[in-house]
Amino acid sequence: MFRTWRQKITLTDILVWVIGLSIAAVVIWGTISTLQSGKYSAESWFDLVVKGLALGGVYALIAMGYTLVYGILRMINFAHSEVFMSGPFTAVFLANALNNSGFLNRYPLLGILAVAVLSMAVSMSVAVLVERVAYRPLRNAPRLVPLITAIGASFFLQYTFRGFYGSGFEAYPTIEALNGAWQLGTVRLFKTQVVVILAAIVMMFMLYAIVMWSKLGKAMRAVSEDKEAAALMGIDVDGIIVFTFALGGAAAGAGGVLYILQFPVVHFYMGFIPGLKAFTSAVLGGIGNVPGAFLGAMVLGLLESVGPNLFLDGLGIPVASQLKDAIAFIILVFILIFRPSGILGERLTQTKV
Amino acid sequence: MQNKYTDWKQALRSGLLGGVIVVVLSLIGIVAAFINTYVIHDVISLGELLILGPVMALSLTAIRKATNKQPGFLLLTAAISGLASGLVILALAGLGQVINLRAMFLNASPDLYAIYAYQQAPIPGLLLRLLVCVIVSLLTAGFTLLPARIKTALGQGLLYIVVIGLMGRLITMMLSNWGFVAILFQWMFAANSLSLIGAIVLFLLTAGLAYWRYGRPKVKRITDPKKQKVVRWGTLAGLGVILIFLPNILGLWFSEILDNVGLFILMGLGLNIVVGFAGLLDLGYVAFYAIGAYTIGVLTSPELGFFNWTFWQAFPVALLMAFISGLLLGLPILKMRGDYLAIVTLGFGEIIRILVLSDWLKPWLGGTQGIQRIQRPVIGIEGVWTRTLTSQQDLYYLILAGIIVVAFVAIRLRDSRLGRTWMALREDEDVAVAMGINHVATKLTAFAMGALFSGIGGTLFAAKIGSIYPSSFQFLVSINILSLIIVGGMGSIPGVFVGALALIGLPELLREFAEYRYLFYGAALVAMMLTKPEGLWPEARHRLELHEEATPPPEAEAEPATENA
Repeated sequence: MFRTWRQKITLTDILVWVIGLSIAAVVIWGTISTLQSGKYSAESWFDLVVKGLALGGVYALIAMGYTLVYGILRMINFAHSEVFMSGPFTAVFLANALNNSGFLNRYPLLGILAVAVLSMAVSMSVAVLVERVAYRPLRNAPRLVPLITAIGASFFLQYTFRGFYGSGFEAYPTIEALNGAWQLGTVRLFKTQVVVILAAIVMMFMLYAIVMWSKLGKAMRAVSEDKEAAALMGIDVDGIIVFTFALGGAAAGAGGVLYILQFPVVHFYMGFIPGLKAFTSAVLGGIGNVPGAFLGAMVLGLLESVGPNLFLDGLGIPVASQLKDAIAFIILVFILIFRPSGILGERLTQTKV
Repeated sequence: MQNKYTDWKQALRSGLLGGVIVVVLSLIGIVAAFINTYVIHDVISLGELLILGPVMALSLTAIRKATNKQPGFLLLTAAISGLASGLVILALAGLGQVINLRAMFLNASPDLYAIYAYQQAPIPGLLLRLLVCVIVSLLTAGFTLLPARIKTALGQGLLYIVVIGLMGRLITMMLSNWGFVAILFQWMFAANSLSLIGAIVLFLLTAGLAYWRYGRPKVKRITDPKKQKVVRWGTLAGLGVILIFLPNILGLWFSEILDNVGLFILMGLGLNIVVGFAGLLDLGYVAFYAIGAYTIGVLTSPELGFFNWTFWQAFPVALLMAFISGLLLGLPILKMRGDYLAIVTLGFGEIIRILVLSDWLKPWLGGTQGIQRIQRPVIGIEGVWTRTLTSQQDLYYLILAGIIVVAFVAIRLRDSRLGRTWMALREDEDVAVAMGINHVATKLTAFAMGALFSGIGGTLFAAKIGSIYPSSFQFLVSINILSLIIVGGMGSIPGVFVGALALIGLPELLREFAEYRYLFYGAALVAMMLTKPEGLWPEARHRLELHEEATPPPEAEAEPATENA
């Protein structure tokens, strides 16, 4: 009995737990001291929460691409952050053209819809193209190989778009209808954030419906269970994989539009950080799981917007918001260590991870 | 009948794809950027090659895929493919005349259309372009119909023209240091590229040589162990002499490039242990580079004023820091494999960069302003003879010494028991563990050794630049190093040198490439994985594997990854 206990728990496990617990202690201590200092009012906390949820909505839509592709191919589509970038970076030209002609402010809904459709179409094409060129020829290769092509494709896409549209920043026009905030008692709600959260929820629901209730979605789930068996049942596996990439790409393009509603500037490198965070949220919620991606993204968005103020401010760290990306990555590392299956994920065997 | 129909379609599709590739390359801006980078002076430029290359390549695929192999039919297929490509190019030029594409695509400029039209008036110029596309496709088809011996000879000749032509500026620059030798070769080069006469002579020479050598037995391999030893030590000694005098031969400007290549070789050797030997894909490798550099910075810079140590006092501390952080990062990720490992290490690299950039650690690490006035290394004995290594040429020797030590350690590690356990773990983790390999210790040592080598790279970088900024430690550096070991061949030590020369050296040398370096890296990574996953200079074990089997299946050719899903 004693021997098995000793064999099970190694020195490395203990060290990892010690590191984990000490970070948890620091976080708790920081939280308590922040709350005690009373530096932030309830209204500012509410602001941060709404901001976090809006951010989470964007992450959720990007995370869909990671989750769907992982579910089917058991690989991380590293180029997905560039799929996300390509949509809004292309649609900015349409948005500016619409703005110059005055269309965008006359019919804001139609205008945003047009921009969204273009953004989704571009992201979708890029995703399908990446699958065709970089992944399909390597379907039976060792796992490291498609990962490396994915990194290569990611860089190639970044610098292709840099070549196309230049290395500078492009600004989206402001939409008057979405300016300002609603005042509800003492709290205020920014219009863009409300629109983003609602749109994200609606789109996530649509994606869920496609995956769970449509025939194509059923085929997707069949392929993700067992490719050979699905092929024997008459499912066009390659076609379903293309559809998966297209669906993930379209979601990323839509996420891109929600992203630029909050941060109206695009450039060729913009995909990297959101892509990494979306991946984090997919892992946090349980990769391969659609509701999990949504939940993970919302949690990550909240932690990222509330976290620096809540955890770090109390520790006396100046300009704690600079460290918000570090928080996201630390969360990623710790989920992967302590619960690689995520919040809602199936219990993956270790070999699968 | 059906067959022919699909052949037409195939030709058309290839042609359209070729045209689209040319259009994309043009819109990225490469074509216009290289239009004045001549291969043969005033005859053909790299930009023109970038237009004609895809057209030719895709008509070649059309020919290869054609089911009907009659010469006349193949010529027709190529012509159709070339025509289709030409029409796509024309379509872009035409579209550009009608609407202003430039509002969106920066490079859809009148210059580009003028290049398409050979600087002529649009209508005759573009028709000429179409004709040229068809002609080069026909030439490609004609080339495939030639006997193998002539094909090899022609191919070799053309290859040498392109390579030497692109290197023209470098060769002329190098020659200018040498006085009388320069005069001997002057006629071959004109304004940074080959002259027409030079190209013709070069072509005749190389093609003739290839024609003569075709089918003749290759130089015999020396099998006598004693002679082998002599040859080996002889080449090593020769290489050593060349390496010692290299900065003097090449001049200052080249020394700077050599230093950069050297630093990347150092770090490549380290990452090669982690990725190549142990099969752990580490994307946060730059973190250890940063840790090495920053430790030196903090310990030696008088600006921060904590320690004011000398370089050599700080050096072991920096290595220790890198080593320990390698261990610390290794600990939590032991259980992960493949893609998860990649993402976590990437996250770690970013965490380090964010921390360095933050205001929080600014008093210690300098924030965005970085650390200036880092102590340069001093060699010699106090009071007898000392020399501060500041110039690029001095540092070359320091870096060279570092590479020799690190390469020696890497080779010995590879052949040691530890190296074999790394490779066993890479090939199949479960089997390796079942065989009694302690995977915890093995992975940790791989990580820590890799981190240590990267730390050495970081310290030398700090010594070389004299001031460090967070912007030097971006994710891109990790990608650089990863690309070079993949292009060279994962797990192969000579491959690291080849990869560094090809990916770091070449873009620095061909200044025009610098802008498109990462585009080129990305494409190289994808292309290598698709066509030659074992790399340019594969590891001996892989080569043996390939040699044993008569027709290796694609899986066996693929590089070594442990993961099986």
